[in-house]
Amino acid sequence: MAVPELHRLTLDNGLRVVLAPDRTAPVVGVSVHYDVGFRSEPEGRTGFAHLFEHLMFQGSESLEKLAHFRHIQGSGGTFNGSTHPDYTDYFEVLPSAALERALFLEADRMRAPKLTQENLANQIDVVKEEIRLNVLNRPYGGFPWILLPPVLYSTFPNAHNGYGDFTDLEQATLDDCAAFFDTFYAPANAVLTVAGDFELDRARDLIDKHFGDVPARPKPHRPSFAEPRPTSELRDIHTDPHAPLPALAVGYRMPDPVNELDGYLAHLVLSGVLSDGDGSRLQQRLVHREPLVTDINAGAGLFGPFEARDPDTFSVTAVHAPDVSADRVLGALDEELEALASTPPGEQELAKITARWSANLHSEHDRLVSRTLALGAFELLYGDPALAYGVADRIAAVRPEQVAEAAKGLRPDSRAVLVVKPQEGQAQ
Amino acid sequence: MTAATHRSAEEIGRTAAGPRELPALGEQRAAADLTHVDTVLANGLRVLAVRKPNVPMVEVRMAIPFAGDDPLHSATAEVLAETIATGTRRRDRVAIDTELALIGGDLGTAVDPEHLSVSASSLASGLPTLLDVLADILTEASYVDNEVSREAERLIERLAVARTQPRVIAREALQRHRYGTHPYTREVPEPDDVAQVTPELVRALHADALLPRGSVLVIVGDIDPDAVTGQIERALSAWSSDKAARELPSLPELAGGNLLLVPRTGAVQSQLRLSAQSVSRTDSRYAALQLANLAFGGYFSSRLVENIREDKGYTYGAHSGFEFTGQNATVQVEADTANEVTAAALLETRYELGRLGLVPPTDADVESVRQYAIGSLLIGASSQAGLAAQLLGLAAVGLGAEWLSGHPARIAAVTTDEVAQAALDFFAPSRFTGVVVGDAETLAPQLRSLGGVTVESSES
Repeated sequence: MAVPELHRLTLDNGLRVVLAPDRTAPVVGVSVHYDVGFRSEPEGRTGFAHLFEHLMFQGSESLEKLAHFRHIQGSGGTFNGSTHPDYTDYFEVLPSAALERALFLEADRMRAPKLTQENLANQIDVVKEEIRLNVLNRPYGGFPWILLPPVLYSTFPNAHNGYGDFTDLEQATLDDCAAFFDTFYAPANAVLTVAGDFELDRARDLIDKHFGDVPARPKPHRPSFAEPRPTSELRDIHTDPHAPLPALAVGYRMPDPVNELDGYLAHLVLSGVLSDGDGSRLQQRLVHREPLVTDINAGAGLFGPFEARDPDTFSVTAVHAPDVSADRVLGALDEELEALASTPPGEQELAKITARWSANLHSEHDRLVSRTLALGAFELLYGDPALAYGVADRIAAVRPEQVAEAAKGLRPDSRAVLVVKPQEGQAQ
Repeated sequence: MTAATHRSAEEIGRTAAGPRELPALGEQRAAADLTHVDTVLANGLRVLAVRKPNVPMVEVRMAIPFAGDDPLHSATAEVLAETIATGTRRRDRVAIDTELALIGGDLGTAVDPEHLSVSASSLASGLPTLLDVLADILTEASYVDNEVSREAERLIERLAVARTQPRVIAREALQRHRYGTHPYTREVPEPDDVAQVTPELVRALHADALLPRGSVLVIVGDIDPDAVTGQIERALSAWSSDKAARELPSLPELAGGNLLLVPRTGAVQSQLRLSAQSVSRTDSRYAALQLANLAFGGYFSSRLVENIREDKGYTYGAHSGFEFTGQNATVQVEADTANEVTAAALLETRYELGRLGLVPPTDADVESVRQYAIGSLLIGASSQAGLAAQLLGLAAVGLGAEWLSGHPARIAAVTTDEVAQAALDFFAPSRFTGVVVGDAETLAPQLRSLGGVTVESSES
């Protein structure tokens, strides 16, 4: 596939820049990825990386509280931020007349965010409401991204809840914020991406004008989060006060997404063979033929692929009727994995996965916000933004034997199983 | 985790050079004109085809009016939507999925009280196959017994999950409170009704109601609009009927009144849902009303969000927006809040509703929402899927690409006075009705004290 125009540069302060001009629509996307996510937050401060993301919207030297939102939306744009295991991104998409404004806003908070006690207290309240909304007050809240890691992983960075415990959030101090910013939000620890309707030379000048004098600080040492794979099947049970049906999540370890990319992609293709579409193996057997489950899904990465460094998780999740035991579902899953391990999938089976991935990536890149974020994330994690486009060909190159090899590695004696049980006499 | 020494928060927040000035906006280019065809085929299907070759894909969206008043209509319609793509005379479930997968395709169907919707996409090179599969399911879906019974079973399980979602509970309560037993309220069928749905009922509904006349198909992507219209006409030639697809009966005008407290025992968060009558996109006041709504709660920099989220921390998200149903329109105000601040959040919401009319948005406020409204149109229209969604919403009420390309000018022409008038006319607190869903034991004393909320004495 032809790679659209891409340019990379690095400013003197270490800020990496990705530029992807495309004049087909008069809109532009700007994002900043910082190389710190919730795996880097310290014990006793669960949820801090995400809380800090909220604070980065609360004003900076040139911008009062609320001004960031007003300037972006008042220029016709939209914005957001999100916290991932290994990075935190901030982004806006705007009519292209607002490009310089967006660069100014991102540079101002990279240079001098206004961190105040009042805003910290307010955003702790907002984050608690976010957690009530997305986790505590709904069925299957945090399933599986919060619930599965503590079963599969044993070290704090990999196992803990990235949304955070309320007690930890409430203990966050302004000094924690200052230390976190000074350590992790250095320009040398960030990637700026601009995609869409702009002139290359003008964008370079504007980036230099606004980001060039953000003072350099050392790029922090990035620790390895590696830990041994489980040597047995690890199980836990979670009682859900809202869920009407039982569910289970199975977690396996995968090849290093960055340094063993082909092995990682074989797992991605395997997830498609297992559960993408009515013709996939688990859908055919477990949803329709037997049938044991209401819904089943297999996936690489708990938030999707290409979102994290090593270690990353391969997961299978299913919701099933109360009279079906978790072990029956697991038994069927193991049989399907064994079948794939001994007889590799057919060429047509892989062609289906390849075509769907190709189409999905086209659609994703057609949305400017997704394209901007993908380019930034691939620069940050892989040092190669073009891989955002090239990954389609790499997926198409995965051979049936590699998928069989991946299936062989998903062993019952090295995995985590989380069972979700509806609470007896539950609230509705 | 962090550097042994670091600056204080206060030191981080200032530089020697001091605050800097916000750059002005540059010159804005307009979006390119849309090359399109908008026509009605011989079978009565309206086709709106737009060329947008950003990526080698096509996006297809269909809306088929699909209202019904049979007691089992919504259950039968849901089972139909779940099984229409599970087999035809020529293809079984796996064959459909395989053919679609090989062209990078997906096809999904959904139903609500107003429409049966089809959403499909594929690599542009696969369009002939995509249209062939589409025609096949529209004209020859077979609804074999075991597919219908299995999908009905799964649907019942999914309904059980849906009815534990606070937003679903709140939506059902709001619909009942606003519209009583109107067919529009039957968005989520009852499990007992689904259990009674037979393959014969589904086949009969398909034959009777799944009709081209009055329906619309939008296609956006790497296509030639003229050629694709002919391709669609040929592919769907067997889909025909003299009857027209069935529209939802008009909704009654919504009157303001007490909110209803709907108990949800043990909830840790409450849902506030308010609603008032509004006007549709063809009304001359719509553009001004759209801006008034944005200023109230339609974007992050709105009065409601700045008050109850950014100032008070009562909620993660508050929002107000329009709901278009046929030629009818309402405005909805929504927030989810912790129990202890629910009544206070309602008080602030009412305050902001009243204030919007009495202390209306300033010139600067109006300029901000104006830019946001125009920018949102540009951003939405910049992707194939976004443009297809915009056009389908318009086409379903008889509008089209001209309305979309003309709307920025209408927004640009709105005056501050017109926004003030719309705020006064449409956002008065007394015009709203709605529901509060939450833990009644905690909420009732405060809501009783606040007033304007009906608190039933026992749990329903």
